[in-house]
Amino acid sequence: MPATMKLELVTPESRELTEEIEAISLPSADGEIMVYPGHVPLVTILVPGELTLLRKGKEEILAVGEGFVMVTTDTVAVVTDMAIEAASIDEAKAEEARQQAEKRLHQKLSDEEAATVSATLSKSLAQLNVKRRMHGR
Amino acid sequence: MPSVRDIRRRIKSVRNTAKITKAMQLVAASKMRRAQQAAMDSRDYARLLYSVMAQALRHVGDFRPPLMEQRPVRKSALIVISPDKGLCGPLVSNLVREAMKHDPVTTVYVAVGKKAGQAVTRLRRTLLAEFAMHDRPHFADARAVSKFAQDLFLKDEVQRVQVLFTDFISTVSQKPVVWDLLPIGEPRRCCADLKGEKGFSEPVAEEVHMGGATEFKFEPSAPHVLDLLLPYALNYEIFQMMLESRASEYSARMVSMKNATDNAEDLIHHLTLTSNKMRQAAITKELLDITTAALAGV
Repeated sequence: MPATMKLELVTPESRELTEEIEAISLPSADGEIMVYPGHVPLVTILVPGELTLLRKGKEEILAVGEGFVMVTTDTVAVVTDMAIEAASIDEAKAEEARQQAEKRLHQKLSDEEAATVSATLSKSLAQLNVKRRMHGR
Repeated sequence: MPSVRDIRRRIKSVRNTAKITKAMQLVAASKMRRAQQAAMDSRDYARLLYSVMAQALRHVGDFRPPLMEQRPVRKSALIVISPDKGLCGPLVSNLVREAMKHDPVTTVYVAVGKKAGQAVTRLRRTLLAEFAMHDRPHFADARAVSKFAQDLFLKDEVQRVQVLFTDFISTVSQKPVVWDLLPIGEPRRCCADLKGEKGFSEPVAEEVHMGGATEFKFEPSAPHVLDLLLPYALNYEIFQMMLESRASEYSARMVSMKNATDNAEDLIHHLTLTSNKMRQAAITKELLDITTAALAGV
């Protein structure tokens, strides 16, 4: 069994990562899932949250948005609308976005707008959580 | 034979035209850079999303989502993504020519952008709907078009949906491409083979290692995942094609405006030369007259 697998992570703005990694943990619709090389082929839904990957024995954390994940025995493909490394998250900005979104949720919105706002809200929450975990260390 | 004054007037008018085309060239150039960047940045995402969808469908097992249903084609819809304005060289006429190759009896058109709408109406084809897209396409623009197409297909009003757009290959090369949108089938192969130059529409057909398994596991369940994945992937396909079309449009406009400016400058050069020659001829003639008169006077 190979010791690593290839991770491809892309967002509409750019190709964020193409790396050989040893393990990855993803926030899926059914909860956190952990993937090692040789995993059964899997397609699942990505929800906003923290993505942790293990590369050369070092752990890296990213905040991710909504998207999809495809796992094969030797690759992990992650397509998501947001991916920000813990180090480059701007806490103040994320906090502001969260408050803005919460305020907007109290207003009357059409279904589509409400969906957009709650997506923004969960994405900024994901960023904040990642950032706060970094501080806690 | 035009007089010197006529030629002067001509030069002035050509110079004014050149100023306008130069300005349009500069505007198109800056928009082009942005549009090209947007299209290129988003390609990886579009490709990977598309390949996730294609692989997932190939190994889905028995479940057949309604968007994949192959039915005998009685009516086919063609979505044409075009610019709103002309002055972009042969881009629009190439698109229209390609669009008109489809059978007028069995094809209904959906226009995105004004030029497509105008052409379809002018040529008396059936126009089902006309959508607008922003200068920098918004994802919502694509979602509206995609939703419309999926509804048509699911209500069995059409049995096939194709998209005609202009694939961006490079600043000097763009080509109209017909892309099969619905039903979602095997990974598509497009006819993009221009001496190794590649646009967005190059075929996606990579094999994945399934490690002995023949099917993907879907979490929470195949219908659940595909209900989200398929419409989203289709929306994004259309969005990407909009980005490609915009990048092509501005590239074509920049190039054609640059040509226009260059031509105008050539013309000014020629006209100036002619006018100078004529002026010189007139002076020489006058001198001749004077000397002849002087000689005669002696």
